[in-house]
Amino acid sequence: MQSILKYLLAASFLVVSFASHAQQEVDMADTMRSNGKIYVVVGVILIIVVGLFIYLFSLDKKVSRLEKGPTEKIRQTKS
Amino acid sequence: MKTWLKIVAVVLVVYVHVAGLLLGVPRLNILNETIRNLYFHVPMWFGMTALYSISLYHSVRYLRNPTLDRDHKASAFATTGIVFGFLGLGTGMLWAKFAWGAFWTGDPKLNGAAITTLVYLAYFVLRGSVDNQEQRSRLSAVYNIFAYAAMIPLIFILPRLSSSLHPGSGGNPGFNTYDLDSQMRLVFYPAVIGWFLVGYWISTLRIRILALEEKMAELDYAKHS
Repeated sequence: MQSILKYLLAASFLVVSFASHAQQEVDMADTMRSNGKIYVVVGVILIIVVGLFIYLFSLDKKVSRLEKGPTEKIRQTKS
Repeated sequence: MKTWLKIVAVVLVVYVHVAGLLLGVPRLNILNETIRNLYFHVPMWFGMTALYSISLYHSVRYLRNPTLDRDHKASAFATTGIVFGFLGLGTGMLWAKFAWGAFWTGDPKLNGAAITTLVYLAYFVLRGSVDNQEQRSRLSAVYNIFAYAAMIPLIFILPRLSSSLHPGSGGNPGFNTYDLDSQMRLVFYPAVIGWFLVGYWISTLRIRILALEEKMAELDYAKHS
């Protein structure tokens, strides 16, 4: 009985180790990360994201300028 | 919106675009690197839901005490919300092509999201079809409540009741089950907060422009009378 249990245990360990081995062979962009210039992609994305945010800030400023701009002055002279 | 909140939004979103691409993720078959889409696709839907919720809040406030400002807020948040919704649909379709093999499947989650977007499109059709401002504001505020009440079951309840391919619904586990050491949360939560803040920011810009347009219309009216 004990020997059967031992074999079962050994077999299960084997299965687990195979399973974890198979896990490690999943295709991931490892080479791309090390020397595949992934940082270039990150850089490109950053340029776009930061550029869009600068644009958003400038739009924000433009609206602020309009809010205290000529319409407000006309209103003050009218009243 | 306070300037520091805008800066927080920028910092979070920039962080997400760096960490989302470079930090480690669980290794899974089929998904492979596309698991990183979780950082970009899902926050669109979270953002959309949050923006629609704020829109609903302002619509209810409008009906309790009608002021033009509340109508502007309701419409601006719904507009940004639907933009997020379209981005969610687009990113989801691209992801589906490579994870499930087709841009679109008859999945309850996908159809629910599409119907929700159509329901909110109808909100803007309604707004565009009524000339009288008070009528437009009141009708669209009431419709907005119905639209929200349709969205919740379509996106969050029905897909969970039926079988669905989409993670997090219909007996399909969400990504939290794969993310055993919670490393994905470090990017996912900042992404949700960051994108929501960006959506909020864009909405406030729209509200301010609507107020300016109103002011100009008033001046025009004063000039001609």
